[in-house]
Amino acid sequence: MSVVIEARNVEFSFGQTPALRGASVAVEAGEILAVMGPSGSGKSTLLHCLAGILVPDSGEILFDGARVHAMAETERSSLRRDRFGFVFQFGQLVPELTAVENVALPLLLSGVHRKRALPKASAWFSRLGLDGLEQRRSGELSGGQAQRVALARGLVAEPQVLFADEPTGALDSLTGEQVMDLLVGAAREQGTTVILVTHEPRIAAYADREVMVRDGRVNAPDRIAS
Amino acid sequence: MSVPLTLLGLLEREPSHGYDLKRDYDAFFGRGKPLPFGQVYSTLSRLARDGKVVISDVAPGSGPDRKRYVITDVGATEVEQWLTQPVDPEPHLQTVLFAKVVLALMLDRPAAEYLDTQRSAHLHRMRELTEIKRAGSLVDALLADHGLYHLEADLRWIEMTGARLDALRKEVRP
Ligand SMILES: Nc1ncnc2c1ncn2[C@@H]1O[C@H](COP(=O)(O)OP(=O)(O)OP(=O)(O)O)[C@@H](O)[C@H]1O
Ligand SMILES: [Mg+2]
Repeated sequence: MSVVIEARNVEFSFGQTPALRGASVAVEAGEILAVMGPSGSGKSTLLHCLAGILVPDSGEILFDGARVHAMAETERSSLRRDRFGFVFQFGQLVPELTAVENVALPLLLSGVHRKRALPKASAWFSRLGLDGLEQRRSGELSGGQAQRVALARGLVAEPQVLFADEPTGALDSLTGEQVMDLLVGAAREQGTTVILVTHEPRIAAYADREVMVRDGRVNAPDRIAS
Repeated sequence: MSVPLTLLGLLEREPSHGYDLKRDYDAFFGRGKPLPFGQVYSTLSRLARDGKVVISDVAPGSGPDRKRYVITDVGATEVEQWLTQPVDPEPHLQTVLFAKVVLALMLDRPAAEYLDTQRSAHLHRMRELTEIKRAGSLVDALLADHGLYHLEADLRWIEMTGARLDALRKEVRP
């Protein structure tokens, strides 16, 4: 296995508030990594640095050999659009668009024609148990349905890395686990690397491995022999 | 609850008489279930037989409490191993975990690291159960869930305890 994305000794402050103080983590291609830790420990900040949304004050972000921390904003934004997928706690669907248009959005944004993008997006609906909901708007979906639509949107462009920040945080346990089951199944099928922020052990248990973030640093427990 | 290992752990603080061990055991680990004197002395004599403690000096007079017990290297190694190795993740081990945390603090060992090791053992077991759940039938899934929820409860306890180690240290090491 080879490392696909990595943070090396990353420091980041919001003004006077240090959020990351030398965080390092390496994720292997195809791996599903759970990032755990107390509230305010820096999990989301680490995720945003890895995804090229935030630029570290110091340290390095390496993706597929490229030095993300040194890239210009335009370069980072095309990286996010073309190689990464995102799912957040509250699906953050675009309310003016239908569900299927929401799923197709990453494809449309990277220049795929509507005629190809929409059928590709539709295919995800049966796969995620969302048949018949293609034309609904986000206000007409339940939380669990909206989150599955958001998951489809995160995966539709077959990203190399999917960043998921508390993707089940707003769902009840059963619905949350169904979403995780689908997420893991789909990620494994297309070989997507997943970085999953969660403070729930039962959600983290869907990952291959967990790391703990504490006070802006990452500690990875020694792997326990099976 | 492991009485021999707990007594050994208490002895690692300082050589003690049986009476002192019973008093501290009852105060910290007995929780309304005091250890009978008979069990204290039978445990100590088994520990002596196995070379984990020795009797340092015997006061004149009669009665069992004339003896002062001292932990040996063998005994200390056993305590060390017990504290360092994660407990097999199974439901209802709060009392064992609790004893390990309190003793680790008493002995000035890295209790937070022990908790981290335990957390990762628990999560490892939870991943195995989640695999079973994803691959198996609903019956398998529900059985796995039963285990998962218990392990999750342990983990919550581990988090809460981990967050309050400083306060707990002050209470057990006055
Ligand atoms: N936009 C911001 N402006 C200022 N400070 C911020 C901002 N976002 C986060 N912080 C601070 O940075 C630190 C790390 O925050 P972060 O959001 O990464 O934590 P987290 O581990 O994701 O927490 P949670 O589990 O609550 O989501 C915290 O002290 C937080 O208050
Ligand atoms: Mg967060």
